[in-house]
Amino acid sequence: MPSLGADMDAGTLVEWRIAPGQTVARGQVVAVVETEKGAVDVESWQSGVVAQLLVAVGTKVPVGTVLATLEGAAPAASVAPPIAPPALAPPAPAPAPPPPPSAPPPPVSTGARPLASPAARRRAHEQNVELASVHGSGPHGEITVADVERAARPSTPAPPAADEALPAPPPAPAPTPAPADRGAAMRQAIAASMARSKREIPHYYLGASIDMGPSLSWLREQNLSRPVTARLLPIALQLKAVALALRETPELNGFWIDGAFRPGGGTHVGVAISLRRGGLVAPAIHDVDKLSLGDVMEALSDVTLRARESRLRSSELSDPTITVTALGERGVETVFGVIHPPQVAMVGFGTTLDRPWAIDGLLGVRPVVTASLSADHRVSDGHRGARFLAALGELLQHPETL
Amino acid sequence: MTPDAIRESVRRVLHSIAPEADLDSVGPGADLRAELDLDSMDFLRFITGLHAELGVEVPEADYRKLGTLDGCVSYLEAHAPAASSP
Repeated sequence: MPSLGADMDAGTLVEWRIAPGQTVARGQVVAVVETEKGAVDVESWQSGVVAQLLVAVGTKVPVGTVLATLEGAAPAASVAPPIAPPALAPPAPAPAPPPPPSAPPPPVSTGARPLASPAARRRAHEQNVELASVHGSGPHGEITVADVERAARPSTPAPPAADEALPAPPPAPAPTPAPADRGAAMRQAIAASMARSKREIPHYYLGASIDMGPSLSWLREQNLSRPVTARLLPIALQLKAVALALRETPELNGFWIDGAFRPGGGTHVGVAISLRRGGLVAPAIHDVDKLSLGDVMEALSDVTLRARESRLRSSELSDPTITVTALGERGVETVFGVIHPPQVAMVGFGTTLDRPWAIDGLLGVRPVVTASLSADHRVSDGHRGARFLAALGELLQHPETL
Repeated sequence: MTPDAIRESVRRVLHSIAPEADLDSVGPGADLRAELDLDSMDFLRFITGLHAELGVEVPEADYRKLGTLDGCVSYLEAHAPAASSP
């Protein structure tokens, strides 16, 4: 059971996407796990042939539990995460697999996950219906609740709720948490993580005003020539600028684990996304410093949509090396961020507002944003943090270089 | 395309973005962003969705004209491609 962030200590396996004897590729989605952040696609850390599925559908197991074993991979691999975050997770159960893939490999022949609404997915679990066998009648063949019910009708009634100590398969699926429960569970998870952050991390906070004029006019120009499906939002520039500014101050990009700083293995920027029914997730966009602005924008739209539909991938939840939050949409001027442990920094963007701004001794009106940095004093000092914000501001004056 | 059909399309796109919202409670002149709690990403999806449904490519400068249901209908009616086009 991979750790999907420091605020998660267990998950319920709701669907196997592989079977013994099947070949899996690294990065392939092998299972679906229900967490307080919604259903998450669990990716394999290894390539190999599935030897055994060790956890039955419907079972809730702690982070770190081996879910399945693979053969033919590098030494006795398991479908388990390489690093569990400290303090919350038991020791890694298997010999250290390699670091997570930086990008998911191309889809494998087992076929894409069936398109289904979260409600339909939930109903399918309640009714013990295999989604792959359901014909979807919705747009793009999406499976609807009605489709699931149609498929469920000829079968026997759903079995009663599973016991805690579930025996071997055939499994009786445990009911997936209802949305209200999930909301409460998510709130608890956020509470645990943020309380740990405030308890353990000596935060320092910096803010800087940045002239967004050059970025916004460049963006307007760009969007005139871009088709509607490829338009950019200011946040794409801000994310890319954050990623590039981190090259100057790598000590803001990484984790505090076991009393020491560990640099991130890439610049995987977590983006705080508020869910429409309440709550928050911050999945990673991988290697933002290496993506074009168009790719950043595409990745952002994709991850936002999947976060809201509860279809995130495990690597997206476990990988962020820093988090960016933009509350500007709601009229907030300055964000005082709470760092998401074990990360060591959080960058916030407020609303971009027209402000009086002195340029060369003259007063003008410019669109100005307040960028803020919350960082971990165990790793960096205000001096370095200031350097990061200065680099960020400078990059946003030259959007064509982003 | 009739205004009613356009309105239906607009509602369909809005529903796909804010599935939990009760669109019947949104007045024809109400601010969609505020009523449905749409952020800029949601609004861009709305514009993209309208493009997919109706073939209308709304330039950024015109976004503010699509701030209400009525605004959407009149804008899209004026800019919809001729009925004969695919």
